[in-house]
Amino acid sequence: MPECFVAKASEMQDGDRRIVVAGSAEIGVFYKDGDYFAYSNYCVHSGGPACEGLMINRVVDVIGPDRSYQGQTFSDDVHFVCPWHGYEFELKTGECVGDRRLRLKKFDVVRRGDDIFVVA
Amino acid sequence: MDMVRSEVRKLAAEDYSTAQHLEHASQQARERNYQDFLIVDVDAHHYESESYKDVFEYIESPVIRRQAVESAKRGGRASMLGGQIGYQDIGGRIIRHELRRHDIRRHDKLGAPHHRDVGMTLEWMDAMGVDYSCLFPTPMLFLGLHPQVEVEVAMCRAYNAWLCERVLAVEPRIISMLYLPFNDPEAAYKTVKDFGDKKGVVGFMVTSPRYKPVHDNAYVKTYALLEEMGKPIAFHAAYNWNDQSLSLTNRFISVHALGFMWFNMVHMTNWVINGLPERFPKLKVMWIESGLTWAYCLMQRLDHSYMMRTSDCPSLKRKPSEYMREMYYSSQPMEKPRDRSILEATFKMINAETQLMWSSDYPHWDFDLPSVIYDLPFLSESGRRNILGGTAAKVFGLDPKPVKKIP
Repeated sequence: MPECFVAKASEMQDGDRRIVVAGSAEIGVFYKDGDYFAYSNYCVHSGGPACEGLMINRVVDVIGPDRSYQGQTFSDDVHFVCPWHGYEFELKTGECVGDRRLRLKKFDVVRRGDDIFVVA
Repeated sequence: MDMVRSEVRKLAAEDYSTAQHLEHASQQARERNYQDFLIVDVDAHHYESESYKDVFEYIESPVIRRQAVESAKRGGRASMLGGQIGYQDIGGRIIRHELRRHDIRRHDKLGAPHHRDVGMTLEWMDAMGVDYSCLFPTPMLFLGLHPQVEVEVAMCRAYNAWLCERVLAVEPRIISMLYLPFNDPEAAYKTVKDFGDKKGVVGFMVTSPRYKPVHDNAYVKTYALLEEMGKPIAFHAAYNWNDQSLSLTNRFISVHALGFMWFNMVHMTNWVINGLPERFPKLKVMWIESGLTWAYCLMQRLDHSYMMRTSDCPSLKRKPSEYMREMYYSSQPMEKPRDRSILEATFKMINAETQLMWSSDYPHWDFDLPSVIYDLPFLSESGRRNILGGTAAKVFGLDPKPVKKIP
């Protein structure tokens, strides 16, 4: 499998990403909390640039012990959002949070010294 | 190690452009050979509020013009035109709404002789593979809720005059169905009289969130005039979060899903039950931005009741659904059920291959691409071409030759 250079590890700060165009493939490579994640940049919905939007934590309802609604907050789960229509994907898995049967194609990321590659 | 030729892009807000944002749409357009056939977008938008300074200069009343100009200086404080509660950009997740300021700056720097909305509109049209777009305003979709009818009329006339002069007159690929000030029936009639023959005016549009019944006799002469001119009347959906029923909803998803169907369901019901299709048989009627499922539902509801209550609607000679099946519908936001047979049944119900017209609603948050229609496996080739542009070309009188320039 061909490997494509992404960036120097020292150049990528927490929360950074790169879009790698390799032949006919477009891959979004994320660096977050010490890990790299790489997914197809084509949204499962209508083909939008899924990896080019906002990174934002998951919104959750706060439900009290008596099952009453107590408001909303952000959880620790990180999502990235397709900027075309707002489809949200879990950063760790690439799963579409609105329908877990849908997911973005995942790619492996390898580090060689200070160089980061994605296996396209 | 194997190597392939590759390039790496960083994402910088200041580099944002519509063409880049829609590059995947352009890929679809090239892969599907959109260059070879006509694509007409019957519902697209611009943000006329970005040009209010210019538009206000077209307000005929010197008093209302001064009120508008002065209130616009107050920024975030109360304005004369008001607004609608909502967060369409999903808390900033639809990033083009914020990043378009870079596009505006870029287009302003180009120094084009025409208004920047012309260039900005053509940019996304070409990126998607669209030949003609029917352009509508955005905040003015709620102007029918304004408590001062004379302000709706004044703003409607100003906007229509500005749009005709600054946009439609200079760019043949941009067309419009002009805003009708429906809360003042006489002004609505005068609007058709005054603007019906302007370049690029292919019909007239009623913003649906409002509280005037479409079967009021006060509108009869306007319908007759439109029928005589061969210009369609369109009802463009939107919501009103202050509507008594819709105010019970607590999230935008709810008020949007219901509101964009609700007002058109009410207007359609009144239109059919009061026999307007019998009284104006040649008037072309379009229903915009309610998706498709509302019609599928309403046809069955009305037909069911009609058979028992024909005395409620004695003008009808056929079932309500038969009249509805002769009207026109825009496609967006097209529902996409996992079971494709449900969508196919919806298409069949409205005679989609001759009555449905594709629409993007771009740049709004839930826009559709032409591929939502192009990729449907159950359409005939002629039906596909009709929905994507052929039907609109007939209704609007457009040249069917493709003119787009896909990047």
